[in-house]
Amino acid sequence: MNAPLMIANAEPSPAILEVRDLTIEFATRRGTVRAIEHVNVSLAKGETLGIVGESGSGKSVTSYAVMRILDRAGRIAEGSIIYSGMDVVAASDSELRDLRGREMAMIFQNPRAALNPIRQVGRQIEDVLLEHVQTTRADAKQKAIAALEQVRIARPEERYHAYPFEMSGGMCQRVVIALALACRPQLLIADEPTTGLDVTTQKAVMDLVVELTRERAMSTILITHDLGLAAAYCDKIVVMEKGKVVETAFSKDIFRNPRHPYTRKLMRATPRPGAALRDLLPIESIGEAPTPTTPWPTAGDVLLQVEGLIKEYPRQDTAGLFSRVLGGRQEPAAPFRAVDNIGFEVRRGETVGLVGESGCGKSTTSMMVMRLLDPTAGKITFAGEDISTIPARNFATHPMRRRIQMVFQDPTESLNPRFTAARAIADPILRGENLGRDALRARCEELAGLVGLPVEFLDRLPHQLSGGQKARVGIARALALNPDLVILDEPTAALDVSVQAVVLNLLQDLKVRLGMSYLFVSHDLHVVRLLCDRVIVMRSGKIVEAGTSQQVLETPAADYTRQLIEAIPHPPV
Amino acid sequence: MTILSEAPPQATKPAASGMMAMVRHTQYVLAENPVTAGSFALFVAFLIAAILGPSIVPYDPLASDTAAALQSPSARHWFGTDQLGRDIFSRVIVATRLDMTIAIASVVLVFILGGFAGIAAGFYGGWTDRIVGRISDTIMAFPLFVLAMGIVAALGNTVTNIIVATAIINFPLYARLARSEANIRREAGFVHAARLSGNSDWRILMFFILPNIMPLMMVQISLTMGYAILNAAGLSFIGLGVRPPTPEWGIMVAEGAAFIVSGEWWIALFPGVALMLAVFCFNLLGDGLRDIVDPQRRT
Amino acid sequence: MLRTIGRRIATAIPSLIGVIIVTFLLTRVLPGDTASFFAGPAATPQAIAEVKKQLGLDRSLPEQFASYVVNLAKGDLGNSLTTGRPVVTELAARLPASAELTLLGLLLSLIIAVPLGIVAAVRQGSWIDHACRIVATAGVSLPVFFTGLIFVYVFYFLLGWSPAPLGRLDVFNSPPPTVTGFYTVDSLIVGDLETFRAALSQLALPTITLAVFSLAPIARITRASMLAILAAEFIRTARASGLKPSTIIMTYAFRNAMLPVVTTLGMVFSFLLGANVLVEKVFAWPGIGSYAVEALIASDFAPVQGFVLAMAILYVLINLCIDLLYSAIDPRVKVEG
Repeated sequence: MNAPLMIANAEPSPAILEVRDLTIEFATRRGTVRAIEHVNVSLAKGETLGIVGESGSGKSVTSYAVMRILDRAGRIAEGSIIYSGMDVVAASDSELRDLRGREMAMIFQNPRAALNPIRQVGRQIEDVLLEHVQTTRADAKQKAIAALEQVRIARPEERYHAYPFEMSGGMCQRVVIALALACRPQLLIADEPTTGLDVTTQKAVMDLVVELTRERAMSTILITHDLGLAAAYCDKIVVMEKGKVVETAFSKDIFRNPRHPYTRKLMRATPRPGAALRDLLPIESIGEAPTPTTPWPTAGDVLLQVEGLIKEYPRQDTAGLFSRVLGGRQEPAAPFRAVDNIGFEVRRGETVGLVGESGCGKSTTSMMVMRLLDPTAGKITFAGEDISTIPARNFATHPMRRRIQMVFQDPTESLNPRFTAARAIADPILRGENLGRDALRARCEELAGLVGLPVEFLDRLPHQLSGGQKARVGIARALALNPDLVILDEPTAALDVSVQAVVLNLLQDLKVRLGMSYLFVSHDLHVVRLLCDRVIVMRSGKIVEAGTSQQVLETPAADYTRQLIEAIPHPPV
Repeated sequence: MTILSEAPPQATKPAASGMMAMVRHTQYVLAENPVTAGSFALFVAFLIAAILGPSIVPYDPLASDTAAALQSPSARHWFGTDQLGRDIFSRVIVATRLDMTIAIASVVLVFILGGFAGIAAGFYGGWTDRIVGRISDTIMAFPLFVLAMGIVAALGNTVTNIIVATAIINFPLYARLARSEANIRREAGFVHAARLSGNSDWRILMFFILPNIMPLMMVQISLTMGYAILNAAGLSFIGLGVRPPTPEWGIMVAEGAAFIVSGEWWIALFPGVALMLAVFCFNLLGDGLRDIVDPQRRT
Repeated sequence: MLRTIGRRIATAIPSLIGVIIVTFLLTRVLPGDTASFFAGPAATPQAIAEVKKQLGLDRSLPEQFASYVVNLAKGDLGNSLTTGRPVVTELAARLPASAELTLLGLLLSLIIAVPLGIVAAVRQGSWIDHACRIVATAGVSLPVFFTGLIFVYVFYFLLGWSPAPLGRLDVFNSPPPTVTGFYTVDSLIVGDLETFRAALSQLALPTITLAVFSLAPIARITRASMLAILAAEFIRTARASGLKPSTIIMTYAFRNAMLPVVTTLGMVFSFLLGANVLVEKVFAWPGIGSYAVEALIASDFAPVQGFVLAMAILYVLINLCIDLLYSAIDPRVKVEG
């Protein structure tokens, strides 16, 4: 399907932004690359438009072009961009500078990095005001403080003097929003503004953006890879794939009636209430559910038991001996408890989800269960044996090592850049058994087949593999020794949503086929609901709630759990 | 967090491992970057001069002929003669061996000592880190050339002591580089995965961490070789280390210094240019070496 | 604020201790008899025994170290064999000459290198960018004593623009009354323009030589740092806010880019202090570097040791100042403790 699908009854309200036939090229070492081709986007006044696509779709490039802040290597090859009647492509640099910040503004993905690290945040807002608005410095300071107040920052007169490193991620994003809205622009472009933020912060930020833009009757473009997020907050959605627009539709229609195959695939892959794991896959690729080859006792006996687990870190006391002598004695602060006395169990054949926001201690817990980190106190029993007494540095050569394995979060970082895929998968086997070259290769190919990695990719280096392929290599490596328990540490967080759907189904199939148990660590409640039998919610090192998935996610007992669930954007289904 | 693209970024040719792939990759790097190729060629030229030098030069570098003293460059003496009538061209070529030996020996020494100390400090932390840090900090508390002067003056004027002094003053640089690289990778996913596979700490250092920090260390090695030559030449210039009549670029410049004010420029110029070219060559070599060793550059 | 300074000074103390220990050890590892080294090549056995007793070499190592430290505290670095005067006095007398030269050289190179690096980064691919890269790569390869000699040959011998490299002033002028010890500053204080000009013309070549030497690393780090900052996300925000290019480059980019440059200044000083010794030899500059070199040739060891110690202490203090400067300009540096 080449022609983009347009909405049936387009409303004739005045368009504030008209992008027609836009094509952008980048000059790279390998020649000219077309980032987007013949893109058409139209935004009416007061409308909120979502541009949705996976990585490489060109969604960010399109918005950078609208503001003409492309990289040096980028060039508008064809097409036109008309903003409020003005031709952006032909405009001069000074005309554009006038537009930027005053008429159109942008907020970005990583808020702390988007602010000048050594300049007070109030001064940064002031700089924008002084540039565009006729005002004195004293007046600009008042306006800056007012801007901070509008984004719900408490004690704005004090926060005016704060530096970005003194603020949390959520607060930094609010400052970025204040910066963008300071001169009251008509158009706001939000480029993945919530990626990387905690789930609860995400909702707060999105709600704030929507509230402020509605209040001022602004037009907004929201760029995101999350179709659910876009559908929940936008009026209209544009779907992009590989640099082209494939579909434009109202958000209420896009879930009910997606027309382009890619949109359908994307929609299906988005975790949403009422969808089971299988439903995430494109219809064509749903095969039969695999039958378990190794029968395991249902609701089996306890495989892993954690009791009274504590991990403490001493507070940073960077002063050396002399500094302390010269600077006066100080009380050493109480140590910081990353994990504060938790206990739980995982039974055979189960998938237990460990959920929480960043800093809650779930990763630390999983590292201790993995025996990569020593607990300060507590007991970890695996298959009846107490493994917490064996120090982490000795566990590598312990016979129990092969029975607990891990799939890591970032597929790129978890593969040795100098090992081919085959060598990486073979590493655990080489350390344990003594197979000949042919037997080893055969086993690698068998594992590759299990995870759906084509055999010809086995001899590639990591930088020659895609994200999904690297994830499969990581999984194959974890399975190489037939472990009983696999800890999955946010294994799909860095993957596109369509790839995520495939990998999650793969993990489920493998669990059934090989009779393993999973401990699934994640911050994404949707994914947890799909995969886990039981869920444990953590916060600040403690367990807040635990129970079956259904219990915890549909009828949460704790307030915090409720907060987490409410923060998930609900697409109109 | 960036979402990983699904499209495989590189060509479909699989990367073979082993010697053949290394050779092929080296050829590719040299073909792509003429500056690197040029510096390689120059390096080879220096090596040839160092190895074959004494056998191919027209005159004995130590033979003095006062009748022919202070002659400007001519057909007989390409670089002219110095105040003792010695042929400067021969001396410059023969000096290559000594200067290259000093450079290579000190770099190898400091790479081994500093590299391993740094990796251990970065990987294990704790007391190892503190001790290596203290040693580095103490060395760095001195202006480095001044420390080298002090060491050679204290230990005695020999080539070995120049090598030792150069190695000592470069130790902190290598130790810090290796330490920070090892530290970054200590918590990397693939190191954890290696532990899960049953690799002992020693295997992790040898096969997982060291090979991945080699590219950066490579660049550092060639930069340090240039610096080592400058250091040795500088020490010889002020009378420490190599002593006359041994031909060495630094001493030759020192001897020529007295004659520059009276216009006999060739005595100091040619050894100085040789010094410059050698250091320049090593600096350019560094980038080329990094390209060869870094697996991410392979296609 | 005072506590921060106090804490920073405290971190310099272990370095000072290390320096003192190392210089002490350097003297005690002399091949052969330490006493005869200090007594000199022409000493009689009695003189050697005297020196031995004086240095306390018959006592145990810890005792020697203790007396060494006590002497240091008294400001006693021994006496020079060739002149017979205390090393400390001679170092103090010659220090201003080295300081004037080094500071002027650094100033000159900063004035050229920093703008060069900035413009090279802002105008990537232009001729200035290429010039900057060539300067950086070539400058690092040039031996500083060689550059000095070439300058002498070209500007003194061939062109006659520069006076003979015979020291701080030519024979026709006498030094101005000492206030700082810097001839340029002191002559300006009394208003003696003739001496000022003479001092400056003698300073010209050695200063330029040192400047060329430190130009390369400063230009390189400025350019690299600016490039890295210009690619940073907050610069993208600044552009998206429509700020003027001059604001973006100076207020946003430059201030951030200068941080790594300030950190690198410590290393630059290390190179400069070493290059100082070489330049002083080439231009017969009467500073502490040439003092040490002359002593070396005469096998007079006490001045050499004194020189190494003095340079090291100076360097520790310089690093302390750089540290304090950095904490003053980077708000992210936390107060320790």
